[in-house]
Amino acid sequence: MLPELGLVSLALALMLALALSVLPLLGAQRNLGPWMATARPLSYALLAVVSVSYALLTWAFLQHDFSVAYVAQNSNSLLPRAYQVTAVWSAHEGSLLLWLWFLVLWTALVARFSKALPMPVVARVLAVMGMIALGFLAFTLFTSNPFERLLPAVSEGRDMNPLLQDPGMIFHPPLLYTGYVGFAVAFAFAVAALIDGKVDAQWVRWSRPWTNVAWAFLTLGIALGSFWAYYELGWGGWWFWDPVENASFMPWLVGAALLHSQAVTEKRGSFRGWTLLLAIAAFSLSLLGTFLVRSGVLTSVHAFASDPERGMFILAFLVAVIGGSLLLYALRAPKMETGKPFAAASRETFLLANNLLLTAAAAMILLGTLYPLLAEALDLGKISVGPPYFGLLFILLMAPLVALVPFGPLTRWQREDLSQPLRWLAPWAVLAGVVAVITFFAWPHGTAKTAFGLLGAAWVAAGTARFAWQRLKSTSQGQRFTAEMVGMLLAHAGIAVFVAGVFITESTSIEKDVAAKPGQHFELRGHDFHFEGVEKRQGPNYLADHGTVVVRRDGREIATLHPEKRAYAAGGQVMTEAALDGGLTRDLYVALGEPLDANGTWALRLYVKPWIRLIWLGSLLMALGGFVVVFDRRFRRPVAAGVPA
Amino acid sequence: MIKRLLPLLAFALLAVLLGLGVLRNSGKDTSAIPSPLVGKPAPAFSLPVLGEPGRLVSNEDLLGEPYLLNVWGSWCPACRDEHPVITELAKSGRIKVVGYDYKDEPEDAQRWLQQFGNPYSLVIADYDGRAALDWGIYGAPETFLVDAQGVIRWKFVGPITPEVVQQQLLPALETLE
Repeated sequence: MLPELGLVSLALALMLALALSVLPLLGAQRNLGPWMATARPLSYALLAVVSVSYALLTWAFLQHDFSVAYVAQNSNSLLPRAYQVTAVWSAHEGSLLLWLWFLVLWTALVARFSKALPMPVVARVLAVMGMIALGFLAFTLFTSNPFERLLPAVSEGRDMNPLLQDPGMIFHPPLLYTGYVGFAVAFAFAVAALIDGKVDAQWVRWSRPWTNVAWAFLTLGIALGSFWAYYELGWGGWWFWDPVENASFMPWLVGAALLHSQAVTEKRGSFRGWTLLLAIAAFSLSLLGTFLVRSGVLTSVHAFASDPERGMFILAFLVAVIGGSLLLYALRAPKMETGKPFAAASRETFLLANNLLLTAAAAMILLGTLYPLLAEALDLGKISVGPPYFGLLFILLMAPLVALVPFGPLTRWQREDLSQPLRWLAPWAVLAGVVAVITFFAWPHGTAKTAFGLLGAAWVAAGTARFAWQRLKSTSQGQRFTAEMVGMLLAHAGIAVFVAGVFITESTSIEKDVAAKPGQHFELRGHDFHFEGVEKRQGPNYLADHGTVVVRRDGREIATLHPEKRAYAAGGQVMTEAALDGGLTRDLYVALGEPLDANGTWALRLYVKPWIRLIWLGSLLMALGGFVVVFDRRFRRPVAAGVPA
Repeated sequence: MIKRLLPLLAFALLAVLLGLGVLRNSGKDTSAIPSPLVGKPAPAFSLPVLGEPGRLVSNEDLLGEPYLLNVWGSWCPACRDEHPVITELAKSGRIKVVGYDYKDEPEDAQRWLQQFGNPYSLVIADYDGRAALDWGIYGAPETFLVDAQGVIRWKFVGPITPEVVQQQLLPALETLE
């Protein structure tokens, strides 16, 4: 009975979303106050019914209701309780419901925190959010009903995908979806502005905090996904240019471009067309990502169940949303770039370069991700585009960006005054060069790649510090740093840390597969791995082959690692638990392979990964920067403060 | 105006491409659970034979004769349910059945086969499930039909029942013969 109630509340949500997409919009067009006033209550009601539906699906999991097909496919009576809750989003139907729930949550938040906005704007923005919710609700109800019954019920479920039974999985998809869906807000503001026909700096100011938060969540989501793949999947890598990863990375890149473009539009009035287009693109790519993952058009190591009919439906939805908004853009975008003219070496130019490079990188990834499809359509045969393509092109596009980062904050709006920033930055460029040279000769096992990476990292770090120092020196206390500047500094510092991490770990990591007899030693980058053997050990709900590897450095014991192979009693699956001794300067990583003979010889895989933690530390700094910007006082100023000159 | 239409035009091209991609996928046998791999060559793999860790079998070794690749594990209750059906099928001699032991301890797998019978002409072991990623294997049981040229012709997710054999597998087999 309860699952039917879940379905009914989804149907009710469909009605509410329909009302939300029509009534406030008509009200705004015809200036009918009461119609516009329905926007907020409808948004809250939508959140309420979708929440009920989500809660009922969770309840079905907690109750082991295997008469619900989705529960039977993705749960099991022996599944631990915490995973019963996260199993809700471990496959297609539930992920979609979670996506939808975040969408209506953001809609309700926009409704709640938009008191300062004129009513027609609120009405239009919420109506556009309602339309998106309508599309997702129709998709859920007509192709992916999570409450479908399986009659007669089975006595036992098929269990949750074992790979996803991990704490990292609890937060990875929700963070990612929060980011994706957050771009819907920037999108809705852009479309509302286009419908209104008034594209001024004001709408950008309203949408900026939302974009920043969405981007920061997306950053966290991607970073957590990368970390999860690293320590749980035991592949030793942190990024694989897999279609699903690319799907989340494209909106991230365009979102990063959007952040900067919005700042220009808000402060200078320039780049309006760009900002609108990027706002549309960031959300469109989020939708496209969903399409790529869900339609089965591309195969991927992440492939969940995929289905062409669903593919057709999302494609139609994609065409309506993206095609519609781009058509609106073609018809209504400002006739000309109305911003103030700017000189060749002004801050505008640098931010434009930032936009172009980030967008080009996203386009390059899109092309690479879709290339197999394109090749197949044109009968070019089977060509797959692998990490070498992405890695090379991405570095080629990002190297100029890294080189330009320090200039952005130090150049001036509108005016050409490159000599000053060049004078400020010259000593730091020299310093970065010295760092690179020292790295090349002195870094343990360093290569030209290590030196190149540290050149970039030192340059960004020094340039960013130079800007901070200048504010400290030249500006009176109290107004030295706005939240927006602090956010920028943190995010740019994050880039430096990230770049350093990537290049060091990519150029100096080492791995070794060995057949290890108990008592045997292996030397790897100055670390002595001593294999003591494997014993059977009973865990709380599994039986493990419990290995012991003691690592010494310079004769001193620095870590004892216990890689395991666990056979879970519940569900029965075997999981490899790699053992990891993490540290800022290096990760030591041991994975247990298979027993090779009866004398206790095991296949072992050993890794030493210097400074790999910097990759995620840098990402965290970037995300933190995104969050901090939101606290800028400017965004809380009421509308009456007007548009800045 | 033309300049402003460019993003729309670019998207239109993209949409056509994606539409083609979806059509290509859905044009295939819709009675099976659609898999992007159906109609494509089986992924390259090289895996040890269960119980003989030194002996590796690759996808090329299996060319020349159609075979049914049955993904199972001793830990998987549903595999036990379908086991009689698989056994029946192997006994009928219509197709060679290869077992794919997925994420399993070798001893457990061998004990399981002793207990329930071993219908497989060959069992390969994917201990850490890495090769399974290439096959798009989501869990056990799953079953693939691969033709003599090494192309995947049919795939089924979940336990095989006699109905599935009658309605899907046998017709698929006939197209091979």
